[in-house]
Amino acid sequence: MSFLLQVVRITIPYALAALGGALSERGGVINIALEGTLLVGAFGGAVGAYYTHNALLGLLCGIGAGAALQLVHGLACVRWKADQIVSGLAANLLALGATRFFLKLCFDSTANSPRIAAWRTSAPFLIMALAAAFLAHGLLYGTRFGLRLRACGEHPEAARTLGVQVARVRLAAVALAGALAGLGGVWLAFDQHKFVDNMSAGRGYVALAAMIFGKWRPLPACAACLLFGLAEAAQIGLQASGIGLPTQLVQMLPYLMTILALTGGGGRARGPAALGTPYEAE
Amino acid sequence: MTMRRALLGPLGALLVATAVGSLLVLAYGQAPAQVWMLLLRGTWGNAYGIGQVLYKATPLMCAGLAVALPLRAGLFNIGAEGQLTVGALAAAVVGAHAARLPAPLAILLVIAAAALAGGAWASIAGGLRTRFGAHEVITTIMLNFLAAALVNWLGTRWLYLREAQHTAELAASARLPRLAVLASALHGSAASLALLVALALCGAAAWLLFRTRLGFEMRAVGLSPLAAETAHIALGRTTFVALALAGALAGVGSIAFVQGYKYYFEEGFTGGVGYMGIAVAVLARNHPLAIIPAALFFGTLSQGGLVVNFLVPKEMVDVLQAVVIVAVAVASAQLGRRGRA
Repeated sequence: MSFLLQVVRITIPYALAALGGALSERGGVINIALEGTLLVGAFGGAVGAYYTHNALLGLLCGIGAGAALQLVHGLACVRWKADQIVSGLAANLLALGATRFFLKLCFDSTANSPRIAAWRTSAPFLIMALAAAFLAHGLLYGTRFGLRLRACGEHPEAARTLGVQVARVRLAAVALAGALAGLGGVWLAFDQHKFVDNMSAGRGYVALAAMIFGKWRPLPACAACLLFGLAEAAQIGLQASGIGLPTQLVQMLPYLMTILALTGGGGRARGPAALGTPYEAE
Repeated sequence: MTMRRALLGPLGALLVATAVGSLLVLAYGQAPAQVWMLLLRGTWGNAYGIGQVLYKATPLMCAGLAVALPLRAGLFNIGAEGQLTVGALAAAVVGAHAARLPAPLAILLVIAAAALAGGAWASIAGGLRTRFGAHEVITTIMLNFLAAALVNWLGTRWLYLREAQHTAELAASARLPRLAVLASALHGSAASLALLVALALCGAAAWLLFRTRLGFEMRAVGLSPLAAETAHIALGRTTFVALALAGALAGVGSIAFVQGYKYYFEEGFTGGVGYMGIAVAVLARNHPLAIIPAALFFGTLSQGGLVVNFLVPKEMVDVLQAVVIVAVAVASAQLGRRGRA
C-alpha cells in the first residue's frame, strides 16, 4: 500500500507536465520546454517560500515562473515563428542557466537552497493534479476554447477563416502549460524542502514521451505517467532494498521505459496535424 | 539570402545578449563595462587566453557539426552529449592499451575508436527512428541519460583506477601534441592538434554536404521527405546514416580532452558541450564552415565566463547562450520570411 502511495506521489510532477504538454501540443506548439518549466517552477516555489515564509505564496511564485518561461517560448515560436524545437531547447538552457545564476545570487550556493517552508504532505498537490487532469479534459473537449485550441492544432487556416485568433489561442495554451508544469516543479522543491540544482532531472522530457504515449489526450497521458511513476518508485525501491543489481542499471529504468513507449507499444501515435508549424496570418 | 542579411541575425543576437548580460551583471552589483572588458582581455587579449579559447572551441566544432549535419536532413540530434561521453570512454580505453603501436597509428586508432563508439551510440536513435518511428528528439535525450549511467557503471566496475574517478592514462604514443609545438606562444594552454582535426572535419562536412551524392540526398530529405522519396531516395537509409555520422563527429569531439589535454577519461568532463553544440549549429545556420566562427564565439563565452567568475558567476554565460539561440532562431525566422516575400 505504501508503495502504491509512493507511485502516485512520484507521478504528480510527471502528470502536471504531461497535462501542460497535451494542452500546448493540441494547439500546435511542440513543447520540449516542459523540462525547463519544471525547473523554474521548482526554483520559483523555493525562492517564494523562502522569502515569504509561506508555502502558498511560494506555490504561486512557482506557477508564475513556469508560466513566464513558457511565455518566452511562446513569444519566440508563436508570435515570432522561431523553430519550436530550437526555442524549446533554448528555454531549457535558459532555465538551467538562470536557476544556477540566481541560486548563486540569492543563496550564494552552487548546489541547493536553504530549507524552505513547505507542506509536509503531497495531498494538496495530488488533489490539484487530479482536478487539473479532469479540468484539462473538460476544457479540451467540452468548451469553446478547447474546440478552438484543437482547431488551431489541426488546421489553423480553417480556424482563422472562422474568426479564431490562432496566435492568441496558442499563447494562452502555452501559458496554461507553463502554470501546470510550474506547479509540478513546485512539488519537486516542496517534496525535498529545498531547491536542488537541475532537480527536474529529465522528468519534463519523460512527461512529454508519456503524453505522446497517451496519444496527446489528457487522461490517457496521466495514466501513462503512472507507468513512469511506477518505474521511478521501483528504481528507488530497488536501490533501497540492496538487491545485487548495480544502481546505475536501475537508474536507467525510467529512461529505457520512455524509449520503449516511443517505439509505439499500443499502436503508432499520430499527433495533431499542424504540430510544429507556425501559422502565417495574411 | 545575401551575406549581409545572414550576418544581421548573429549581430542582433550579440546585441540582445550584451543587453541581457549587462542586466545580470548589474543584478550582481558589478559594472558591465568592466566585466566585458575583462572578458575580452582574458580571452583574446593574450596568448594563453587565445589558446584556451581554441581548446574550448575544438569540441564545440565537432558537437556543432553533430547537430548541423543531421538537421540538414531534418533530424534533431540532441544526443551529442551522450555520443561525446561514450566516444571519450572508448578513446581512453583504446589509448591506454596502444603502447606497442607507433605514434601515428596509435593516434589514428584512438580517433577511430571515439568515432565508432559515438556513431554506434547515435545509431541506436537512428534505428529506433527508422524501424519504429520513435522521434529522435526524445530518444537522443534519453540516450544522454543512459550514456551517463552506463559510463558510470562501466567505469566504477571495471575501468577507473582505484580511488579515482578516471581511467588509466593514454600511452605516450597515442597522445596528440599540444598546439604549442606549432606556435610556442601558446605554451601552457590546453589547445592541441585536436583543433586541426576539428577544422578538417568542418571542411570535410562541407564537402560531404554540398559535393557528394549522400550530402545531396540528406539535403533533399531535409527539404521535403515526400519529394525525396518520390525521387527514389531511401528515406530510412539516409536518416540512419545522417545520425550515425553525427554520432561519429560528436565522438571525435572528445579527443580534445582525452587525447590532447588530460590523457584520460573523467566523468563530467563534457560540461554540457554536447548541448552547446545546438547553440553552435543554430548560430551557424547549419553551415559546416560557419560552424568554425560560431564555435569560436561560444568558446570565447565559455572561457570568458571563467575569467570573470570572480566578479560575476560564470553561470551568466549559460543564460547568454540561451539568449543567443532564441535571438538567432527568431531572427532567421523573421529574415527568412521577409526574404521569401
